Amino acid sequence: MSTVSLRVENLKVWYRTLRGDVQALDDVTFTVADGEIMGLAGESGSGKSTLGKSLIRLDGRMRHVGGTVELDGKELPIWDSGKMNGFRFKEVSIIPQYAMSAMNPTRKIGRLVEDLLESRGVGFAGVRAELDRRLALVELSRDVLDRYPIELSGGMKQRMVMVLSTLLNPSLLIADEVTSALDVSTQKAVAETLVGFRDRGFVKSMIVITHDVSLVYQIADTIMVMYAGKLAEKAPTDVLVGAPRHPYTQALISSLPEVGVRYAEKRLTGIPGTPPSLLHPPAGCRFRDRCPLAFDKCLEEPPFVEIEPDHFVACWKAS
Amino acid sequence: MLALDGVTKVYRTGVFGGGDLTAVRDVSFEVQPGEVVSLIGESGSGKTTIGRMILRLTSVSGGTITLDGVDVSTVKGGGLRGYYRKVQGVFQDPFSSYNPIFKADRVFAMIREAYFPGVGGAEWRHKVGASLEAVRLDPDQVLGKYPHQLSGGQLQRLLIARALLLDIRLLVADEIISMLDASTRIDVLNLLADLKARGLGILFITHDLSLGNYVSEKTVILRRGAVVEMGATERVFGNPLHPYTRKLLASVPQLHKRWEPLAAEPEPADGQPLVRAEDDHFVAGGVRR
Repeated sequence: MSTVSLRVENLKVWYRTLRGDVQALDDVTFTVADGEIMGLAGESGSGKSTLGKSLIRLDGRMRHVGGTVELDGKELPIWDSGKMNGFRFKEVSIIPQYAMSAMNPTRKIGRLVEDLLESRGVGFAGVRAELDRRLALVELSRDVLDRYPIELSGGMKQRMVMVLSTLLNPSLLIADEVTSALDVSTQKAVAETLVGFRDRGFVKSMIVITHDVSLVYQIADTIMVMYAGKLAEKAPTDVLVGAPRHPYTQALISSLPEVGVRYAEKRLTGIPGTPPSLLHPPAGCRFRDRCPLAFDKCLEEPPFVEIEPDHFVACWKAS
Repeated sequence: MLALDGVTKVYRTGVFGGGDLTAVRDVSFEVQPGEVVSLIGESGSGKTTIGRMILRLTSVSGGTITLDGVDVSTVKGGGLRGYYRKVQGVFQDPFSSYNPIFKADRVFAMIREAYFPGVGGAEWRHKVGASLEAVRLDPDQVLGKYPHQLSGGQLQRLLIARALLLDIRLLVADEIISMLDASTRIDVLNLLADLKARGLGILFITHDLSLGNYVSEKTVILRRGAVVEMGATERVFGNPLHPYTRKLLASVPQLHKRWEPLAAEPEPADGQPLVRAEDDHFVAGGVRR
């Protein structure tokens, strides 16, 4: 893991609302290496989904305020939806959060695939053999192409969308909460399929967005934690889970019950308070009000710095 | 206290009710005062249907549910009101449990109207205060606010406080923390465990094995409407005997422990009777080696 695949610098994406701008993604800088699966974890409102969407398609209320995104050395024109069309699906692809309802219900799946390929100027016949091979890989029969989405179960639809999203071997795949609506046994299968896609070279790098740190612990090479629109910490998976340095990551990880931990023997604690509003976020560290280690310096914003190789933290106490 | 005996639920399906779908099949277990029982299953396992039958939100097709020996399905009218004084439910989505037009504390006023019309203002405020204290909410922060001004954890705790106003004996908690963030869900979970000390029985319905393991004394594992394994939580999780339980446990993502490839075990068919494997530990079809 040496060459950089995705490079995001000082990215700011805000939401326009009647009451002002919500600073959902504020000055975010990080890289994802070739072949890296990066888990992106955070609670609701942390900006993790905003970051995922920013890399592929800004929706109507989202505004690119500043910063750049570079994929394999080429700049992505994320502020221009029309220009991004040249990259979507071919270079950057997404498995959306509600993959189960991502397919057009009025079309047979085969037609849907054809339309999609046509829109990118790719002939269906040319990829048919590869499509069949990949369907077999996720244990779907090729008959699904003659069926309507409603005829498939939730897990089958999820796998179909996964095959579709990666059909043109995009460089970067964004998987947004793809396992959160699934049962545990299906969840495991889907997560392992994602790893398989990377191992087989269908995609080069991957960002797996989730609220569940224990899930990305299973499959990711690195984990990045977000809090209130800012990056809190990024490190190799074992470091982040085993020796986190940001107080938020530490509190988050110690609040997760695991099989084997019981209330009667070991009482876990949550994090008091709630995240700040992003409409007018406070200056300085945004975790300050809930942080047990907060001190005067936290009124200044801590930079996201590399404290050890590949271990980045935004906390004055950690550096 | 609460006992389910051979409870079955059959839904009629199809245009003219021609088809049958058995959602719950011959389920029996008990909840004692001061005990948390977790009911664990994947989607379609019938766990929510069981909770709804206990809460009288849907009818029972077969078997009986009794509270202190009284058959729940026969209580009517005033008796039903008396039943709801003792048994209350809290559900998954706190954001849709409230009417967004009204302030969130209206749920308390509705309880007062329905159950405590004679109680005076000062006494009622004292009662609400005590109830909020029990769920560790600050009255200043939550009273007089609209639902959108409160967090999911606060809304869920308000609903638990509402149930506590009634001096309930059993709380049916259906996936109450699955929509909450990781850093706040543990507080609601701890709260449930603390309520045990009041002698409250809790039926904790969840799909999340680690949460069930953390909070409960007894565990019931459901598959396709039937119990496959049940007993003391430390026995079920420490020594899972049914292949389905083992598969679930192996699939739960955990911190500090990676997934291991699991040897595929043949899963026994549905409908096998529960057999006692050891003290307080039962498994469908008995122990196979």
